[in-house]
Amino acid sequence: MKKSIYRKFRRNIIFFTLLVSFTPLILLGGIIYYNFVRVYEEKIEDQVKYRAKSQCNTVEVFLRERVAILSTLVDTHSFEYLKQQTNLSHIFDVISRRTDGLVDIGVIDGSGQHIAYSGPYDLAGLNYYHTFWFNEVMSKGKYISDVFMGFRKSPHFIIAVRGHNNGKNWVLRTTIDPDLFHQLVRTAQTGRSGDAYIINKDGIFQTGTRFSGSILGQSNLDTKLFGEGTSLVEKIKLNGRVKYYAGAWLKNNDWLLVISQDVSEEMAGLLTTRNFAILILSLGCLAIIYTTIITTKMTVQRLEKANDGINELNAQLMHSDKLAALGKMAAGIAHEINNPLAVIGEKAGWMRDLLMDEAFTNSDSYKEYSVSIDKIEEHVERARKITHNMLGFIRKMEPRLDDVDINGVLNQTVGLMQNQARLNNITIQMEFDPNIPIIASDQSQLQQVFLNLISNAIDAIEIGKSKEGRINLKTWQKNEYVFISIEDNGPGIPKESERKIFDPFFTTKKTGKGTGLGLSISYNIIEKMGGMINFENKAPQGIVFTIKLPVVLPEKK
Amino acid sequence: MGIFRILIVDDEVDFLETIVNRLKKRKLDAIGVTSGEAALDLLAEQLFDVVLLDIKMPGGMDGIETLREIKKIRPLTEVLLLTGHASVETSIEGMKLGAFDYLLKPIKLEELLQKLAAAFGKKSTHDKKIQDAKIQELIRYPSKVFEQDKKE
Ligand SMILES: Nc1ncnc2c1ncn2[C@@H]1O[C@H](COP(=O)(O)OP(=O)(O)OP(=O)(O)O)[C@@H](O)[C@H]1O
Ligand SMILES: [Mg+2]
Repeated sequence: MKKSIYRKFRRNIIFFTLLVSFTPLILLGGIIYYNFVRVYEEKIEDQVKYRAKSQCNTVEVFLRERVAILSTLVDTHSFEYLKQQTNLSHIFDVISRRTDGLVDIGVIDGSGQHIAYSGPYDLAGLNYYHTFWFNEVMSKGKYISDVFMGFRKSPHFIIAVRGHNNGKNWVLRTTIDPDLFHQLVRTAQTGRSGDAYIINKDGIFQTGTRFSGSILGQSNLDTKLFGEGTSLVEKIKLNGRVKYYAGAWLKNNDWLLVISQDVSEEMAGLLTTRNFAILILSLGCLAIIYTTIITTKMTVQRLEKANDGINELNAQLMHSDKLAALGKMAAGIAHEINNPLAVIGEKAGWMRDLLMDEAFTNSDSYKEYSVSIDKIEEHVERARKITHNMLGFIRKMEPRLDDVDINGVLNQTVGLMQNQARLNNITIQMEFDPNIPIIASDQSQLQQVFLNLISNAIDAIEIGKSKEGRINLKTWQKNEYVFISIEDNGPGIPKESERKIFDPFFTTKKTGKGTGLGLSISYNIIEKMGGMINFENKAPQGIVFTIKLPVVLPEKK
Repeated sequence: MGIFRILIVDDEVDFLETIVNRLKKRKLDAIGVTSGEAALDLLAEQLFDVVLLDIKMPGGMDGIETLREIKKIRPLTEVLLLTGHASVETSIEGMKLGAFDYLLKPIKLEELLQKLAAAFGKKSTHDKKIQDAKIQELIRYPSKVFEQDKKE
């Protein structure tokens, strides 16, 4: 019942201490981490966006340059000139030397007929009239196609420009090297997980990609997410990993340049920092938990001990109060009994005096009278012993402070008891500390206490006679106190009697043998001296009584 | 040398009568009174060697008061206190007021005689040895002394 109160108390302290120390710690850690991550993410976002935009510009410039070359050719050379195969080859040679990325060049007349061609494929003579791009370029003047397979059966895209000579339209067309173009786009890709590629409006790859798919394949990006024209970042979660996608529209919003970046890779540094922080935080928390539990436990234990001490003290106080009250009552009773006892004693004595007269000595019943008077006197004496013990009045007239050598007094007392002990086959051992100080106390009262305790020990051993009797007397000093212990190897006291042995009249001895006052008187004497008697019951191995006396040094005379 | 005179003061009449008789039987001149006032009246007229005084007497003067008065009028008379209930404090007070010793009720006659002897001894120091011898005999063989006294 009491234990559970302490347990609850301890639990509460631990709970609240941990709550109060953890909450701000975790809150602070969380907030700092959250903000840090946000700033970091923003930075990555900006970076990805910026890269997309600048790469988009690069690609745009590349395309515009190629368009410009074709436009210049169309404007400065006539159809008649360019349709000559040798002229076209010569011009293509010159251009290829200055500009990279062009695979071939061809001249197509108004009816779609491929008239002249310079390049690695065998395309001369084909008719393009029905291809999608031919119509586009004829109507718009300039055209950059999406990637397609075409007659050559390999993915490529073309740039075509319309020329006008002598009232006739014609077309100059060139193919862009898809590998070179891909390489150009790819320069924007970073790290181990970054990717850069181009898709068209329908999500068809216009370049190769690193991870996302192959050219002309279908991307699973929803191009509508990227809005119109400018770049925009989307965060897309793919199997637990967050990827950033930045897109920039180019080629009149036909193509979307996409840059993707795995956030976890970018954040790897941050993550290790985070893990380190979590580690430190957890270690800190563990330390807090540990110290909280330990200190709380210690505090509560101390408290418990202190309370136990107080309770014990209270119990002792109550006990000594009880003894004091009982003592007063006993004294009153003793007085009331003493007066009639005195009369009985004197009357019996008077009868004995009278019996001495010759007249009686010769009478028949003289013996009877004499024996009766003996008995009366014997029992008055017994009663007298009880009442005098009750008054604790074997003391001398003057209660004075002697210079008491405790070891000496014990020796004397043992001397008095030695005969009785020997008769009962009991050895008395003495281990005295020769250095204990001479104290100011009442020698005869102390002697009475020692007598009471030693005779109790002898009585106890007599009862449990089976073993060799042994009484151990010890003295020692500790701090401001002298200790005297009296140990016997008798049967000890039954548990249920422990509380009662200091009560007046508590005895387990035969009527006439014990009055039950020995310990009560001893207790009072020692208490008045400012000391204390305790015992340690080792039943059935005997009992140790310990007397604790304050060291009061005698005044120097 | 005359017989010692003893005044016994106790409110318990049965006790008083008996003790007076027993002392008389031992050739001591004992007189009993039942109150402090009566004792003082008697002491004013006569001389006693020793007064045996009960400390606790309900009604009238108690032992300690009587002791104080006795010491005023007869400072040389020795007082033995008698009590059924003595605390250390009353004993100290009695000793301070000049009581010679005290006895606890119920008394043992031997003890009383011993203390009386000591008190007599203190009172008249001359002829001490003769007295002591006589007292020793008195204590050890009371009946013999009676017999001798009777024959004398
Ligand atoms: N050394 C001891 N071993 C076992 N029991 C003891 C011991 N000392 C005391 N007791 C128990 O405590 C009781 C009370 O002891 P206490 O000295 O007060 O009275 P008593 O010895 O019975 O009588 P008294 O001492 O007045 O003759 C004893 O009757 C005995 O039962
Ligand atoms: Mg005892």
